[in-house]
Formats: sequence, C-alpha cells, structure tokens
Amino acid sequence: MNERDLVIVGGGPAGMAAAISAYENGIRDILVLERDQFLGGILNQCIHTGFGLEYFDEVLTGPEYADRFEKKIRGISGIEIRLRSFVVDLTENKVITYLMPGKIETVKARALIMATGCREKTREMVHIAGTRPAGIFSAGLAQKLINIEGLLPGKEIVIVGSGDIGLIMARRFILEGAKVKAVIEVQNESRGLLRNMIQCIEDFEVPIYFRHKVSKIIGRDRVEKVEIAELDGGPGGKIISKKVIECDTVLMSVGLIPENELIEMAGVRLDKNTNSPISDETNKTSIPGLFVCGNAFKVYDIVDTVSKDSVEAGRMAAKHLGIKDEG
Amino acid sequence: MKIHDVVIIGGGIIGTSIAREMSRYRIKIALMEKEEELAFGVSKSNSGIIHPGTQNDPSSLKGKLCVRGNAMVREISKELGIDLKEVGELIIAFSEEEKTRLLALKKDADILGVPGTSIVDNVWLKKNEPNLNEAAVAALYAPTAGIISPYRYVYDLAENAACNGVEINVDTEVLDIVRNSKKRDKYRFEIVTSKGTFRANYIINAAGLFADEIASMVGIEDIKISPRKGEEFILDKKKEHLTEHLLFPLPSKKSKGILVTRTSDGNPMIGPTAVDIDDKYDISTSDEGFEEVIRSAQRLMPSINEGDIISYFAGLRPACGDDFIIRYEDDLPGFINVAGIQSPGLTAAPAVAEMVLNILKTKGFRPMRKLFFHKHRKRTIHLFDVTFKETKRLIEKDSEYGDIVCRCEMVSAKEIRDAIKRGASTMDGIKFRTRAQAGRCHGSFCTCRLLEILKEETKKSATDITKRGPGSEIVKGVKGE
Amino acid sequence: MKKKITCIECPVGCSILVDIEDSKIAKISGEKCPKGEKYAISEIENPVREVTSTVRGEGLSLKLVPVRTRGAVPKGRIMDVMEEIRKIKVTKDLKIGEKVSEDLLGLGIDIIATRKADKK
Repeated sequence: MNERDLVIVGGGPAGMAAAISAYENGIRDILVLERDQFLGGILNQCIHTGFGLEYFDEVLTGPEYADRFEKKIRGISGIEIRLRSFVVDLTENKVITYLMPGKIETVKARALIMATGCREKTREMVHIAGTRPAGIFSAGLAQKLINIEGLLPGKEIVIVGSGDIGLIMARRFILEGAKVKAVIEVQNESRGLLRNMIQCIEDFEVPIYFRHKVSKIIGRDRVEKVEIAELDGGPGGKIISKKVIECDTVLMSVGLIPENELIEMAGVRLDKNTNSPISDETNKTSIPGLFVCGNAFKVYDIVDTVSKDSVEAGRMAAKHLGIKDEG
Repeated sequence: MKIHDVVIIGGGIIGTSIAREMSRYRIKIALMEKEEELAFGVSKSNSGIIHPGTQNDPSSLKGKLCVRGNAMVREISKELGIDLKEVGELIIAFSEEEKTRLLALKKDADILGVPGTSIVDNVWLKKNEPNLNEAAVAALYAPTAGIISPYRYVYDLAENAACNGVEINVDTEVLDIVRNSKKRDKYRFEIVTSKGTFRANYIINAAGLFADEIASMVGIEDIKISPRKGEEFILDKKKEHLTEHLLFPLPSKKSKGILVTRTSDGNPMIGPTAVDIDDKYDISTSDEGFEEVIRSAQRLMPSINEGDIISYFAGLRPACGDDFIIRYEDDLPGFINVAGIQSPGLTAAPAVAEMVLNILKTKGFRPMRKLFFHKHRKRTIHLFDVTFKETKRLIEKDSEYGDIVCRCEMVSAKEIRDAIKRGASTMDGIKFRTRAQAGRCHGSFCTCRLLEILKEETKKSATDITKRGPGSEIVKGVKGE
Repeated sequence: MKKKITCIECPVGCSILVDIEDSKIAKISGEKCPKGEKYAISEIENPVREVTSTVRGEGLSLKLVPVRTRGAVPKGRIMDVMEEIRKIKVTKDLKIGEKVSEDLLGLGIDIIATRKADKK
C-alpha cells in the first residue's frame, strides 16, 4: 500500500499552516488532500476584512489571508497537494480512502493531521417548530451564495443568533440591497465580536432582539414570516410575549460544530456535547500519530489562532515521526 | 384528441402502483399529479414501514390488503431493484395487562394469516434488543415487517410504468371532470386539467388528501378526507444500531402510537404523532409534537437523546373513516374511488392495485395482456450502498462517480445527474432520490453545487430553481441582474 | 460632553471614552493601543469604513472577484460606493492588490482585487 510520512486532510487555513510547519520541522513527504478545487477553505468566501492582525500584523480579507499561505505552500516541493479529493474512509491504522474525479485511492499515513474544519448548526439542532419552506439558510451557505456564486438568497432577512457569521452577513445583505428585519438572540448579549456588533449591526441600524427566540417559521412554499418569543431572563425562560415579523428568508447563525465524523469512524473518542476529540492536550487524540487541528479540534473565534495552533500540530507530527527538532 | 383507456389521478404510492399493475395490459394509461414531482403529496412523509398486518381488524380491507401487499412487495422490490430491509417488528408490552392485549393482537394476526408471529419474553428482548427499556415484559414479534424508501419506491414504480407505456404527467392539476353523454363518442369522461383536457373511459381517483375534491367533481359527496397530522423526527445515522427491529407500543384506536423505527437508509426515526386538523396544506411541526414524541420514544428506549435529532417533518394521513374505500361507482360507470388510504397503505399498495384491476374486470373491463411486459428495472446506483471495490469499478466507468457533491451522505455528481435525467426537477426531488441534502448539515455544503448541476441539466436560470415547485424558489436574485 | 466608542480596529474591542469640549476633542481614555486613539478621533471627526464586496468576472476562473477599497470611505458614502462597485465587470487576469477601478466617485479611493483570478 502507498505509504506517506504525513497526510493532512483539509487545505484550509489549518491544513495549510500545519503542512508548512511540518515541512519546516523536517518532514519531507507530505500529502495534502483538499475536497474543493481551490485551497483556502472557508476563507475564500470570507471576503470581509478582519483577518491577520495577530499573525501578520496587517488587516486582511479572507482570500488575502489564505493567499499568504498558499503562495508559501505552493513553493515547497516536498508538499504534494491534491485538490478535489474527498476522503470517505479512515481506519484506526490511519489508512485513508479518498475519491477524486476518475479515481479512488488508498494511502497509509505514518502521521495524520485532520484539518477538516467545522460545520454550522442547523435549524433542526435548535428545534425551531413550524414549516420547512424554501428560504432557510445557514449563514455560511448564504455567504457562499452571495460571495462565490453571485446569487441573492432573499430580500427580507431575519437572522437567528448573533454569531460572527450572522452579523457579517447582516451587513453583506444590506450592502447588496436586501433588508435585514431583525437579528434574534436568545442570550443577553451578542455571541459575536464587539466590533462586528458595531460595524455590521449598529452602523446599519439593524434591530436586534436579545432574550428572544424564533418560536415558529411560517410559510408554505417560501418563508413568509417568523414568530418570535421574548423569554423571561433569556434561554430556558418563560415566554413573556410573542410577535410576528414578515420576511422571506431565515438565516441560521447559532454556532459551529467541529467536523469530526472521519476520526469518529476511526475510533477517536469525541466529546458528546462539543464534537471535539477528547484530549488533555491541544491537537492530540486518543490515537497516537493522529492529530486534529484548527476548528476541527475546537471552534476558534479568529483564524489567526487557528493558524498558530495548526503550526503546533505540524511540529507534533514531526515529533511523532521521530524527526529531530532542527531549531 | 387522444383517448386514454384509463386516467389515474394522483402520483403517490397508490397511483403509481395501479399504473404499473395496469401497464401489463395493452391499454392507454395516463397518470396525473398536481405537484411538481411524484410522491410530493402524502407519500413523501410516509415512514416507509412495510407492515406485517398485525394491528388491523381481521375483517377489514386494511388487514387483508396489508397481508397480501406485504407478500407482494417482496417480489416487486426485487423486480424494481429497490431495497426492502426485512427487519421484523416488536409490539412491546409493559405490564401483564398489556401482555393480554398482545395475545389478542396475535389472535387477530393469526386470523389474517400474518406469517411467523410469536410472543417473546423479556429475556429474549434483552438479548435481541439491548437498548429497549428494561421494564418491557414481553412483545409480539412479527418477522415480516420491513422498511423501504417510500419515495424511491414511488419513483421506481413510476419509472417502470413509464417504461411500459404509461404517460406520466406532473404539475398537472385536475380542475374538473365532465361526463360525456354523447353515446357515439368512445369515451365516458373529459378531464380538464391545468395542462389541457384529457379524455378517458375509466378514471381511478387515487388523489390522496384531495380524493374527496376529485369525487365531488362528479357528484360523489360521501367521501370526506380528514387530514391527520403526524410529526416524525429523524436521528443521526451514527445511531443506526439503536434498534434492530421496528418498535411499537400497543396501538390506540386512532393510531399505532409513537414508534422507534429507522428509515431504509439507516437513520433511526421516532414518531409519528396523530392530530386531526382541517388544513390540507398544514405540514408544520410543533413544540408540543416534539415533546410528545421524545417522551414516548424514551419510554421505549430511554437512551434516545434529543441532541441526536437531525431532522423533522410532518405529514398528513388522508383519513376517511376506519377503513380504506375502494369502490366502483355503479351510478357512474367507469369511475373508481381509491380513498382514505392511510396506514398501512404503503404496504397494501400492490394489493390495492390488484384489487382495483379485479373490480374493473368484473365491470366489463377486458384488457389484453401485453406479450412482453418489462417487469425488471435496472437498480439505481447509490455510492452509499456499494463497496469501495464496486465504487472503484464505477469510477473507472464514469469519472463523475468520483466527484462527491454531498459530503454527509456521500453522493456523487453522477448520481445527481442521473436523478435529474430520471425526472428530478427540484431540490427536494434530488434529495428524495439521492439523499443529497438529507444528512446532518442539511445542504449547507452541497446546495451551491446542486443548483449548478440543476442549471446545467435543466437549462433553467438559478432564480427558477425551486425546492419543490413554483413559489419555492431557492434564491431571489442574481448579482448584476 | 462625553462619548463612548467601541473600537473596531481589532478583535479586542476596547471601550473608549472621548471628552468633547466646545466641539473639540479634549481627552481620550480607555484605549489599549495607539490604533484606538486614531480610531476614536476618526469616529468623532469623520467616521470612515473600509468596504468589501465582489465584482463580476467574465471568462475568468472565478464567477466573482472579491474586492476591497484601498483605504476607508466616509460612512455616509458606503451605499454610493456599493452602487459603483456593482457596475464593475472584470475580464482580464487579476493579481491580489491589482486595481479594478480608480478614484471611485472622486473620493480618491481605488478598488482592488483581494483574490487572484486567472483567465479560463
């Protein structure tokens, strides 16, 4: 069987930082598997600024931040990048099966770094009652539709949850001519960064309802309105009042979950609540030589931290392979 | 204008079963479905259970046709190349009193001729259904219960019927039916639809929730469909082995209760509720339904966690009295009503089709059998149910099998294109056929790719692509237009 | 008069207090770095924001090319700037940082690409 020193699954910010760091720490045989046709992962759709201040001491957009790493990784001949490569199976012996257009391949990794990122929580995970018409999107999907595909998901938007992607999408929708009718947040305060509250919500006078939840989605074919309920004291509180807001789109921004189904398949133990690997050390898992970095390990607020921790994962992989620290 | 021998109204499990059964004969058949695609009515929210016949009055049509249908579907699923998983069911008793009721159920099942039923004790249950509530004292075991994908069953029946000459019309709503009184014309009915007028000698009303409205068009007023809502909750596939069998509590008069089952694709499913409502379009779920289902399911299986729920939906049963109505209208020769087909309608469907044909034969309908009936249909390929060895062979044959579109359910671009070629024209149609968007991320990842492929294959613009027909467009605008 | 401002220069989000006397800034406090002071002054005197969006690509590897304003534009002109960006269409190869439009609306602000785009 084809064997490689290090295989990295995921070519987003975490995977790229880990690959470069692994090379810099002495690993010379590295394979990066990325399912998309581009490197960069989710950063490609994050066209807003706010990245890189910590890592590069510069304010960058997502694509610019990704490009810094891509330029570097493309210049290293010891790193092989395979795009449109979709991993479908992983065993505890770190044997990886992946599909590509026209191919199915199997590779055994002496060390493996999983940089698979995270996914968004859905409407179903927070149990919103009502109908299931067109017009319900995760904030990230809406971001991809607008920024990558050039499609406008809707014209009158209600955003559920005040996570950063939701706040950023509020501004994005407004800039593209849509109306953001409300942001509904069950907690007492925003879950997103303060600066996003200012530049995405306050700047555009978007109504934000704290201690409220969407109690029902209404509409037969397309979303027509949402019913919101004010909760006494916030989450879990008694319903004090209800109100209906007309809209054609509901955007879900209620949190992210590490995407760890592959390592779970391999037998790595995951925390039931967070979907993170159970581990007492960042990036490590219950399987020796199998590391997880970036948002797959835990959901980080900013990408700079993802890069930093992923650099660490590259170093750990080198250590696992018995490569002496060159520094 | 073409005259059809038979027009079937309704493209759900009943309409398509009848269509396929009749396509064995040398007759012209047209099927009309008012929704954008087949199975978009009652059938789409069916739980997919092939019932053994254990919970029906032995004298009822429901009971007889269920047992007969259960036997017939085995052959049909082989012919159509569709998975029927024979998992068996357990009706659970939690007390000695309930155990007595199990014995009564078994007696009814024996009268109906349900094969292989037995009463099993708690020792058997502990061994064979380890996650079951330990308080269970006994169960009625029926090995002939199974699961099937209800919509794929409908699509495969329709595809096979079409291959045998049935004309399938979707997005075709019947607006009126006129009796033709002119004797010299060779047809009895004119069917006015949103896509023009059809002429036919026989009409089979299999319109599900709307069977009463169709009947009313020809003056039949004694059929009244009362929608009975059922909310179902789907658990993550990770919990596939939560149950080995389909688990039922003891049935009430109104329903079979809240079950713990699983879909043919391996997701555990809990539900359904049973609430009578007025609105035939109300398929909303409720907080109350959620509470009821979770509470009742946990009674059967205490380890069920609400955090495992990845999806939910509601469907409407087309209830009409206690039993199925399958009736030739002697006052209106050529018209047959097939109404009130709720549970166990999916199981009974082939037997219902057989019965309809037999009734027509007693009423002077004498079709000739075709010399050659294409009874087999080539099995649809799904990467998620083949081995990697087979995947390799497929990819070598067509590289697009290696191009994964839906990450949660492992669906390739090739499968999506095939589904569209076989008739999917909407996002839901693709979901029902291929499972793309049916996983835990709910299409967050694959929606863009699906829109792209639908655009290419159907030559529609992005703003015309819908979730399930006009009015349910996915996006509202294109940048720069 | 006192005015409270939340700094948006970095993820920390310092809460800055600005004392204004006779419509002039008298004192700035609460910022944890010099960026905060600069931001606070700008917020009082002439609030500005960078704008990011996309422009249509034709015959390129990307359907849309992401762009940003080089420098910030007055807050009140954001929607005007968006209107202009919407009209832009690019047909040639682009490198990161390359101009796609110059001196937008006479504001002295260029629009630059933030992702490279190749000809198909």
